[in-house]
Amino acid sequence: MTMKPVFKKTKGLTEKATHYCPGCTHGIIHRVVAEVLEEMDVLEDTIGVASVGCSVMTYEYFNCDMTQSAHGRAPAVATGIKRVLPDRIVFTYQGDGDLAAIGISEAIHAAARGENITIIFVNNAIYGMTGGQMAPTTLIGQKTITSPEGRESVSQGLPMRVSEMIATLDGAAYIERVSSHDVPHIAKMKKAIKKAFEIQKKGLGFTMIEVLSTCPTNWGIDAIESLEWVKENMIPVYPLKVFKNLEEVK
Amino acid sequence: MAKLLMKGNEVIAEAAVKAGCRYFFGYPITPQNELVTYMAKRLPEVGGVFLQAESEIAAINMVYGAAGTGARVMTSTSSPGYSLKQEGISYLSGAELPAVICNISRGGPGLGNIQPAQSDYFQATRGGGHGDYYLPVFAPASLQEVADLMGDAFDVADKYRTPVLILADGVLGQMMEPVEFSDKVVEELPKKDWATTGTRGDGGPKIITSLDLDIGGLEAHNSRLKDKFENITKNEIRYEEYEIEDAEYILVAYGSVARIAMSAIKLARKAGIKVGLIRPITLWPYPQEPFIKTRDKVKGYMSVEMSAGQMVEDVRLAVNGHAPVSFYGRNGGVIPTHEEIYEKIVQLSGGVKA
Repeated sequence: MTMKPVFKKTKGLTEKATHYCPGCTHGIIHRVVAEVLEEMDVLEDTIGVASVGCSVMTYEYFNCDMTQSAHGRAPAVATGIKRVLPDRIVFTYQGDGDLAAIGISEAIHAAARGENITIIFVNNAIYGMTGGQMAPTTLIGQKTITSPEGRESVSQGLPMRVSEMIATLDGAAYIERVSSHDVPHIAKMKKAIKKAFEIQKKGLGFTMIEVLSTCPTNWGIDAIESLEWVKENMIPVYPLKVFKNLEEVK
Repeated sequence: MAKLLMKGNEVIAEAAVKAGCRYFFGYPITPQNELVTYMAKRLPEVGGVFLQAESEIAAINMVYGAAGTGARVMTSTSSPGYSLKQEGISYLSGAELPAVICNISRGGPGLGNIQPAQSDYFQATRGGGHGDYYLPVFAPASLQEVADLMGDAFDVADKYRTPVLILADGVLGQMMEPVEFSDKVVEELPKKDWATTGTRGDGGPKIITSLDLDIGGLEAHNSRLKDKFENITKNEIRYEEYEIEDAEYILVAYGSVARIAMSAIKLARKAGIKVGLIRPITLWPYPQEPFIKTRDKVKGYMSVEMSAGQMVEDVRLAVNGHAPVSFYGRNGGVIPTHEEIYEKIVQLSGGVKA
């Protein structure tokens, strides 16, 4: 009897074992991005930009040329690369601390310029790498080490919906929020990410896919509960939707 | 090539284009705006890209991205903007990316004013950002020197894979002088097999990073950087000497102030005072040689600056106690006149002999 492989590891990832905590969905999102790049046959023409936070080491995991950037500055770095090499695929991979807090300006202006890059924006409503601080995306009532009583709106403000905000910019071509909490949603995530990269390949402008993700370690719950938490608590605040879909890219 | 009458900021820009710079990421700030304006018009003419960033922080990080592809890339700013670029410059140094940055410096601290100043000397010559690093600093004194130095600045950046700073005060940025550009045209850039341009045909992913979580790994990287800085110190120091052969007193000045000091020296020589000038052209690495050979012969040095006293510390280090070192400066955007420097020379030498 001959054995037939039914699943293979994507060529888009290196052999390096990731450092992510058990139950974190960064690994899934990495795999999906890598599979898309492999399926589009653009791995050799891609330059990825790593950010600062849990995804700081992505340059060791994606099997393409990678640049590590300063905290929040990945869209500016990607802009510099893309302006020199307009025919390459350029993407950033950023968390919500990196993009929504310190790097919001770079993200907004890259979108406003219609910079022909793709941002993979991973939102788990907390700073993971530094030990679980409140992020701009932290939910009201969510306990973090810098909102120990739970985030309250009067002194700590309200959650920031980045996709909705970026979608208001004329320069944005395609903006969608997806989730990583179960298999059907992961399939939708892949479709969205592929669409974004295809739009970039056609030179049609700025694309961002926001992916809701987990942080069992800093949320203080287990992996299964974390997936449930995304569904029960995050999606009501961060609805899964296509926020921007320019006529030309449909 | 014929002589052209041009403004300093435009000379810097044109000389960069002639040196093969095709990418410029800028942000408006006085007194360097003509440089950005010139690039906005000029770069598209030569197939390059000019982009006005949303901030100095974004601009330097765009430079970081473009430098990573191996392109010749530049940004320019003035003092407050240079402070904002420090983070990116530290990353450029750590990730060993070549780029040229211009600081057309103005009065500080804070928002200061828009008049010329040399008060960013410490920031320029001590790395400026976080971590163990230096970057080569060129300080031209005339627009012709600017035209001649820009190509070298890009070459040094590429050769050593380091950011390079052109530190010119607002006088140089704003003044007009005749300049003659060299006919040399940069056609081919040095090969950069480390550049992240995609892996097609090169066998595997390349990584640009300044991160090394392994403690031993970072120390090894920093030691390699230190070796590189020592090499730059060995090979790239530049300075000019003026009337120092018989000098009893030596002024030390750089940039536009050096030219004012030369006028003061001419007056002093007429009055019989034997005074000369050491003009560092590289501020880092700092020239030691002209001090070592004169410090046991002269009666004293005087650092003349448009600051409250910054380069004077490097003069003291170079003189190393062999002779008295004094300082004269104006700051906050005030330019010293050659007459007032002359008065200081007279005081230093104990007065003009009748």
